[in-house]
Amino acid sequence: MTAQELRLKQQHRQDAAFRGATRLFAILVLALLAAIIGSLVYGAWPAITTYGLPFITTVEWNPVTSAYGGWDSIYGTLLTSFIALLIAVPVSFGIAVFLTELSPLWLRRPLGIAIELLAGVPSIIFGMWGLFVFAPWFADNIQPWLMDHVGTLPYIGWLFQGAPMGIGLFTASLILSVMVIPYITSVMRDVFEVTPPMLKESAYGLGATTWEVVWNVVIPYTKNGIIGGIMLGLGRALGETMAVTFVIGNAHRIPETLFDPTTSIAATLANEFAEAASEIHIASLIYLGLLLFLITFVVLVASKLMLMRLQRNEGAHS
Amino acid sequence: MTTELKPKIAVKNLNFYYGNFHALKNINLDILEGHVTAFIGPSGCGKSTLLRTFNRMYDLYPKLRAEGEINLNGQNILGSGVDLNMLRAKVGMVFQKPTPFPMSIYDNIAFGVKLYESMSKSEMDDRVEWSLKKAALWNEVKDKLRQSGLGLSGGQQQRLCIARAVAVKPEVLLLDEPTSALDPISTAHVEELVHELKKDYTIAIVTHNMQQAARVSDYTAYMYLGELVEVGETDAIFTTPQQKATEDYITGKFG
Repeated sequence: MTAQELRLKQQHRQDAAFRGATRLFAILVLALLAAIIGSLVYGAWPAITTYGLPFITTVEWNPVTSAYGGWDSIYGTLLTSFIALLIAVPVSFGIAVFLTELSPLWLRRPLGIAIELLAGVPSIIFGMWGLFVFAPWFADNIQPWLMDHVGTLPYIGWLFQGAPMGIGLFTASLILSVMVIPYITSVMRDVFEVTPPMLKESAYGLGATTWEVVWNVVIPYTKNGIIGGIMLGLGRALGETMAVTFVIGNAHRIPETLFDPTTSIAATLANEFAEAASEIHIASLIYLGLLLFLITFVVLVASKLMLMRLQRNEGAHS
Repeated sequence: MTTELKPKIAVKNLNFYYGNFHALKNINLDILEGHVTAFIGPSGCGKSTLLRTFNRMYDLYPKLRAEGEINLNGQNILGSGVDLNMLRAKVGMVFQKPTPFPMSIYDNIAFGVKLYESMSKSEMDDRVEWSLKKAALWNEVKDKLRQSGLGLSGGQQQRLCIARAVAVKPEVLLLDEPTSALDPISTAHVEELVHELKKDYTIAIVTHNMQQAARVSDYTAYMYLGELVEVGETDAIFTTPQQKATEDYITGKFG
């Protein structure tokens, strides 16, 4: 065998080893996912067999009588995330439009970096800030005002009632929105930046204003990216634990107003895992964890389906 | 005929800067109403830059500035009191590549119209049909107006863009190398269109293709390194250029 043949053979071996290694890593991800689902189902099994599917719709969390139902936690998770997106999406959109279209050049970089830094703040910091700084200030200054002025309005007034404790559904949602804004903003900014300048110029060339260009051309052109960014934020909001646990109030009940304390799946888990004594209590918590996993999964699938439908219908409506 | 020759756009002592780079040097030029004026010259000579001053497209970007005068209907559009949106509605533009908006063919055209006019559904239908016919695209798309403009071929997309520009009824059409991304057949379509459109509009076209300039334009301006070397009737420029530089360029000795 010549030296060249030896070298080739060695390269072939290296190539095969490399290919095998990458395949192994890829399979590892799938195996890990399956293992997580498997262990969640296994851990939750006692609760699943005891309570079955009605667990999802039952509002009951009583370790003393060993009666468990997850609806309050699920409801809290969905509602806080939904309100957080309601606040975060318009704000992020505004920041992204400002950063890409309106901001003077010298301000773009510092502002962009500030947004990215906000994404890097550990969630415990947000939780502490929310509990020790924001909640007391909110309870003393904003909540009474809201209750006196907005709370007396017809139709929406009931939302702004309840004890002004500072912590609760609204505070948790607000903190969550602050946490997801950097994610949604940076995705939106990135996709706005890849809009071809010539496409924007075409719209400006017809005499459109910045708002008209963004609303009618940039958004339709980047809608996939925008939805992706919102889903990223939603995924983060659904699973956020530490900050929410600090400020949500941790009460196992369905909130009736925006100021009521409630709980979320992640907050329930964080609060009770260490103290859960009975097997059924632990199993119920794991059942909740499994449900959170499923909710996140469903959200992801739904967003993919939505994107596919949007692409199919492109240009179909007027 | 000669009595009707009045300048639609009159450029006086125009200088243009990209930051510190002096891109257009003391340009003086009239673009005559109802005629096609072609701008030729090697890459980077400033012909697109000049075109983009006519609708102040450069205003979108920082550090670009123009000095001098550009008079549209006798009014200086470089002045500070100019409403840019109105200006751009009067001076339409078509770009190097087709840029259909991500919406239906119908909406691509209605978009610009809706910015300035409120009209009923049937009036809008008429306007869409009118502009698509102007752009010689109607027969190809009349059955799929609700489909995405992105589904058309490149040549059709570019004619859609022309229809879109025409739909707002501008006074001037700026064509910035409108056929550079098109095949020969689509190019021929667009050139025919330019012939048709000059009845109603004043047209300025930038092109890399000298034959195209010769085919479509009444007047040709040759630019080099930011200066306007020579401008005159197209026949004269291509047969008896006054400047040696122009002759070298159009005979292919240079460029």
